[in-house]
Amino acid sequence: MLLLIQYTLIFASVLILVALGGCFSEHGGIINIGLEGIMVIGALGGALMMKYLPAGFPAPLIILLVILASVLSGMIFSLLLAVAAIKFNADQTLVGTALNLLGPAAAVVLVRAINTAESADDVSSTIAYGQAKKAFIVNIGRFEFNWFMLIAFLVLIASFIVLYRTRFGLRLCACGEHPQAADSVGINVYKMRYAGVLISGVLGGLGGLVYITAGVSEWKFENGVAGFGFLALAVMIFGQWKPVNIGLAAVLFGLFRALSNVYTGFDMLVALKLPSTVYNMFPYIISLIVLVFVSGKSRAPKAEGIPYDKGQR
Amino acid sequence: MNRESGKKGSILRDDGFQTIAGSLLCIIIGLLAGYIVLLIINPGGAGKAILAILKNFLYYPSAAASMKYFGTTLVKASALLMCSLSVLFAWKVGLFNIGAAGQYVIGAGASLYFGLQFGMPWYVCLLAAVLAAAVVGGISGALKAYFNVNEVISCIMLNWIGLYCVNMLLTKVKEQSTPYTRSLESTNKSALLPNAGLDSFFSGNEFVTIGVPLAVLMAVIAWILLEKTKFGYELKATGMNKNAAKYCGMREKRNIIVTMMIAGGLAGFGAGIFYLSGIEQWMVQQTSIPAMGFNGIAAAFLGGSNPIGAVFSSYFIQHITSGGTYVDKTMYCTQISDLISAFIIYLCGFVLFFKLKLNRYLDRRDEKIAAKEQKGGEA
Repeated sequence: MLLLIQYTLIFASVLILVALGGCFSEHGGIINIGLEGIMVIGALGGALMMKYLPAGFPAPLIILLVILASVLSGMIFSLLLAVAAIKFNADQTLVGTALNLLGPAAAVVLVRAINTAESADDVSSTIAYGQAKKAFIVNIGRFEFNWFMLIAFLVLIASFIVLYRTRFGLRLCACGEHPQAADSVGINVYKMRYAGVLISGVLGGLGGLVYITAGVSEWKFENGVAGFGFLALAVMIFGQWKPVNIGLAAVLFGLFRALSNVYTGFDMLVALKLPSTVYNMFPYIISLIVLVFVSGKSRAPKAEGIPYDKGQR
Repeated sequence: MNRESGKKGSILRDDGFQTIAGSLLCIIIGLLAGYIVLLIINPGGAGKAILAILKNFLYYPSAAASMKYFGTTLVKASALLMCSLSVLFAWKVGLFNIGAAGQYVIGAGASLYFGLQFGMPWYVCLLAAVLAAAVVGGISGALKAYFNVNEVISCIMLNWIGLYCVNMLLTKVKEQSTPYTRSLESTNKSALLPNAGLDSFFSGNEFVTIGVPLAVLMAVIAWILLEKTKFGYELKATGMNKNAAKYCGMREKRNIIVTMMIAGGLAGFGAGIFYLSGIEQWMVQQTSIPAMGFNGIAAAFLGGSNPIGAVFSSYFIQHITSGGTYVDKTMYCTQISDLISAFIIYLCGFVLFFKLKLNRYLDRRDEKIAAKEQKGGEA
C-alpha cells in the first residue's frame, strides 16, 4: 500500500510538471505536442549531469545542478518549436511531432557515442546514475520521499498564482484567447508566446528528469519516455487547462500508472488473474475514456494552434 | 508591360516546382546536419559514414548482392509508402493521423494471427489486416466526430493500447524458445504473398512480392480518389471547413470517420504486405512502437503531401534508414539515419514559409522589371 502511494505520487509529480508545461504553452496559444521529445532531452541533460558529477558533492548542490541541467536542456530544445511556430508560422502539430522524433533519436545517438567512446564494446544506450540519484531521496520509515514530489507541488501552486494573479499570466492567457486584442493594448504577442513555450520546455525537461529517476537507477534512452508526454496532454485536457484541476487529474492518472508497477502486491488484484499487459494498458484506456467525457465542452484557449498574423483582424 | 504573362512564364512560380525545390532543400540541409553530427562524434570517419548511408545497398561490390538488398529496401519502402499514404490522406482532410504507427501494428497483428492461427491464405490475411486497422482508425475518427476528442491524443493512446494488445495476441502464435512469432514459411506457406516472378529480378530475393507494385498502385488510386472524384472533393471540403461542408449538405461527421477508416486501412495494408512477405517475424516483447508509422509522417510531408511525391520520398527515407545499418559501428550507431529523417520532418515545417518568401521575392522582382519597362517607355 505504501509502495502504491509512493509510485502514485512520483508519477503524479511527473504528470503535474509536464501537464503544467503544456498548459503554459497552450495558454500562450502554441500547441505543444512535442512535450514527449522535450521530456527525453530534459532527462538526458539531467542524466548526463548525474553521470559526470564527481562523487562527494553535498546533496543540495547535486539536486540544484541536476535540475538546472535538465531544465536548461529542455528549454533549449523547446526553442526549436518556439522559433518554428512563432517566427516561421510553421504547422505546430507537425513541428511538435518532429520534436518527438528528434528528441529520442538525438538522445540515443549521443548516449551511444559517449558509451562507445568510453569502451569500444559498449554499444548500449544506457546511462547509469545510481549514486547521484540518492541525493533526491529521503527515507521516512519505509516510505521513499522524493524531493521532486515537493517540487511538483510547489510548481503547481506557483503556476496557479502566476496564471491567475500576475500581470504576466493574465497577459499570456490573453495571447492565447485573442492575440489581436492583446496586441491592440500594447502586449507583445510574440514575446509572450516565446515565454509560454520556453516555460513548457523548462517544466517538460524537469518532468523528464523526474520520470527517469522514479524507481530506477539507470535509463535506456531507446525507450524514450513511453508516451508520458502524451498522457500529460490528456491530463491537461482533463484538467481543462486549469492548474488545480490538472493537479487532481494527475493524481488519478498517476494512480493507474502506479498500479501497473505494484499490482502484484495486492491479493485482490492478483486474484483477478489479468495479464500484466492489461495493467500496462490501463492509463491509456482510462485517458481515452476520460477524453470522451470532457472533450465535448472543451475550454481550450481559443487561438491555440493558429499562427499570429499581425495583419489579420 | 503585361505583368500577368511574366508571372505565369516563370517556372519558379509553379507550385509543384516550389514543393519539389522545398523538399530537396530539406533533404540537403537534413543530410548536412547529419554530417555535422557525425563530425562532432568522430571527425575521422564522418565522410565515409554519410556516404555509406547514401549508398545503402551499393555498399556490396557484386551486382547480384546489391540487387538483392535493393529488393529488400524496396519491400520496406513499400510498407513505408502505405504508412505515408495513410498520414497524407488524413492530412488532406485536415486530420493529423499520428496513429498510422498503431494502425500498422494492428494490421501486423491481424495478418499474422490469421495466417498463423487460422491458416488462412494470403488474401484473407491481407483483408483482415486492412479491416482491423480500419476499425482502429475509425475509432479515432468517431471520437473526433462525435466527442470532439483531439485525434492526435486519441491516436497516441490507441498506438500504445494496440501495441500491448498485439503483443498479447501474438504470444499465442510465438515460437517456444524465442520471443518471435512462428515463421509463415514453416507454418503456413499459403499466407505468403505470391512473388509473381518479381524475385528473379532481384537475384532471387524471395521477399519481393506483388506487395511492392500493389503499394505503388495504391498511391495512384489514392491520388485519383483525392483529386479526381466527387468523394475526394467532399472529404477535402470537410477538412477545410467542417461547418461550410455541413451547410452544403455534406455529412461532415461521416466524412471524418470514413477518412480515418481509409487512413487506417492504408496503414494496415502496409503492415500486411510487409509481414506477409515473410521478411520479418513479430517480436512479442516489443516495448516500443515500430518506427514505420512515424517515418511515414516524414515521407508524407517530404513528398509535399502528394501521393505520387510520397512514392519517391518513401523510397528516399527508407533508403537512408537502411543505409544507416552500413555505417562503421565502431564509431557511430545506426540511429543516425533516424536523426536525419527526424530533422527532415522538422525542416518540412518551414516549406510553407519558404514558398511565401519566394513568392514575395518574385513579386518584388516583377514589380521592379515592370517599373523599369515603364520608365523606358516614358523616355
